[in-house]
Amino acid sequence: MKPGFIRLVAIFSMLFAMFVSASFGGEVEVLHWWTSGGEAKSVGVLKQLLEAEGHTWKDFAVAGGGGDTAMTVLRSRAVSGNPPTAAQVKGPQIQQWGDEGVLANLDDVAKKGDWDRLLPAVVSDVMKYKGHYVAVPVNVHRINWMWCNPDVFRKAGATIPTTWEQFSVAAEKIKKAGFIPVAFGGQAWQEATVFETIVLGIGGAAFFRKALIEADSAALNSEVMVKCLTIFKNIKQYTDKDAPGRDWNLATAMVIQGKAAMQFMGDWAKGEFTAAGKAPGVDFIAAPAPETSGAFLFNIDSFIMFNVKNKDAQAAQKSMARLIMEPKFQEVFNVNKGSIPVRLGMSRAAFDDAALRAFDEFASAAASGALLPSMAHEMAVFPAIRGAIFDVVTNFYNSDMPPEEAAKKLAQDVKDAM
Amino acid sequence: MMKSIADKLERQLPRLVLAPTVLAIMVFVYGFILWTAWVSFTNSTLLPKYEFQGFFQYVKLFGNDRWWVACQNLAIFGSLFIFICIALGLLLAILLDQRIRCEGAIRAVYLYPMALSFIVTGTAWKWMLNPSLGLERLMHQFGFTGFTFDWLVNSEMSIYTVVIAGVWQSTGFVMAMFLAGLRGIDDAIIQAAQVDGAGLPRIYRCIIIPSLRPVFFSSIIILSHIAIKSFDLVVALTSGGPGYSSDLPATFMYAFAFNRNRLGFGAASAMVMFGAVMGIIVPYLYSELRGKKHA
Repeated sequence: MKPGFIRLVAIFSMLFAMFVSASFGGEVEVLHWWTSGGEAKSVGVLKQLLEAEGHTWKDFAVAGGGGDTAMTVLRSRAVSGNPPTAAQVKGPQIQQWGDEGVLANLDDVAKKGDWDRLLPAVVSDVMKYKGHYVAVPVNVHRINWMWCNPDVFRKAGATIPTTWEQFSVAAEKIKKAGFIPVAFGGQAWQEATVFETIVLGIGGAAFFRKALIEADSAALNSEVMVKCLTIFKNIKQYTDKDAPGRDWNLATAMVIQGKAAMQFMGDWAKGEFTAAGKAPGVDFIAAPAPETSGAFLFNIDSFIMFNVKNKDAQAAQKSMARLIMEPKFQEVFNVNKGSIPVRLGMSRAAFDDAALRAFDEFASAAASGALLPSMAHEMAVFPAIRGAIFDVVTNFYNSDMPPEEAAKKLAQDVKDAM
Repeated sequence: MMKSIADKLERQLPRLVLAPTVLAIMVFVYGFILWTAWVSFTNSTLLPKYEFQGFFQYVKLFGNDRWWVACQNLAIFGSLFIFICIALGLLLAILLDQRIRCEGAIRAVYLYPMALSFIVTGTAWKWMLNPSLGLERLMHQFGFTGFTFDWLVNSEMSIYTVVIAGVWQSTGFVMAMFLAGLRGIDDAIIQAAQVDGAGLPRIYRCIIIPSLRPVFFSSIIILSHIAIKSFDLVVALTSGGPGYSSDLPATFMYAFAFNRNRLGFGAASAMVMFGAVMGIIVPYLYSELRGKKHA
């Protein structure tokens, strides 16, 4: 081949590429941190759907740190005036990005897709900034689960608790039988996850809303909160001493292997059980955490959409928002990831029993007002307040601070962080 | 004519070559120190804002319990780390200096930890110090069932595990510096002292160790900046836990500025750290360097 010919081919292919991208659609650049096996596959689905409509997908995956690293990258891109098309941002942080005035308005897509009817109001409120849709929800995780190994319970002669009083009785029996009652991971977010589950159980939905969503001082420093903290601390004697710093999946493994009886963790723990070849209802039981059976603490992942100038990119962005909410993506994505679809009234055929139960409880909790955003998983309060709660809770759990003092500090530190 | 231009160029060349780096340092080091100082006076949360709001971030910072835990930990970690590293390093260097066999091999053994990053050190020590994986389990398997060593999971003691890992990593380096210093001492002085009838302990105390003063100086400077900036070691070893009992100012700053969207607050803590470093290092550098000029 002559060099001239190669050059000719190169020029033509470049021209062709330009022609293709100009005539078919725009590009979406998506920042996310879904990089592990099942998650990456789930994102791949969205990419395929977008490409089928002629848009191009530019992957901007930043792995690690549960999104901390990604957020740092996003911040620097936004400061330099060059944000990606969409980014995986959730909860009240959506409002903070809204305050910066960089988000795109998705109201027309929402109207066409009838999002207001499909999403529970608690969820759509999170997705809106000043009444306009700026984000698209992807999936729902339920936090307040308790994962049990029925074999351990049987051997210890204990029953799976539905109240915190029963919990103490059962845990005592399990401990006597030589097992670890609670598989616990001593990281701040896991401690906060258990803590908020207790607040929901003991205080109820109304108290949870006041204390951990509205961050009300009186509720944070109250008798009820002292009781919640006491029960939380009471769990510590039923954990092993290696718990500090343990990752959640290692704690789940303790339940799977029959070393520990139960773990308080969101529904992503299910993936660990199924990956280990365990059958639900037989090898493991997923029960709502004590006293939270009708309530649903949710963690919803979402994408915020940034203002883009390019017309084609805008079209691609709108398509992406529409596709995320369509049943096809919701089904494939959530089956892969082990979560449930965010929109109500989906076809149930593809989902397993546990997911179907979560479906129903999501819908019924939405109707009864017990559908609540999780504090520990960045759904309820701003990161600054969440951090302040984390600090007090983890310090209380890991020191001998009396619960009354912790409640007082909770109210004080949350106020300082506002 | 040509020659004078070449001369001029030659005289200007060092400046020309240095100019880009000087400029880069001015902007990226000193410029951003000023920028951080400015941000620390604002109410920046997610993204920086530039309206001056006064000292309220500092007031909040000094009212924050976690900050004081972090400062206290830095004091414990810094002083123990520097002291033990220097004491052990000096001792090893003196022992190695006794013209022993296989000195090269032994030196390599002690220096080897330097080749690892703090992340690796932290992770390895995390496993060794974990009660159900490492040392404690080993002792139990040997039959010493009463043995407990749970510093890693004990909020009162966790910061000392950071000291252990840090010392393990850096002692070899300090040893190498002292060894070089020892080799640089003129044998004639020592022989003269021996002729005068001084014993070995006296020779070390009065001649050798005082003449290692510049080495002490460099070790303290190097170790103290390692101590102040240590971040990865804590993250890998304890991730600041249990609770936040082994937090250091650097991990504190990162958590608040980047994980909790409190950029102004994080900037304030960074400025306090900066001030503390300046407060300690600058007078020390000044006195040491000035002393040298006169000598």
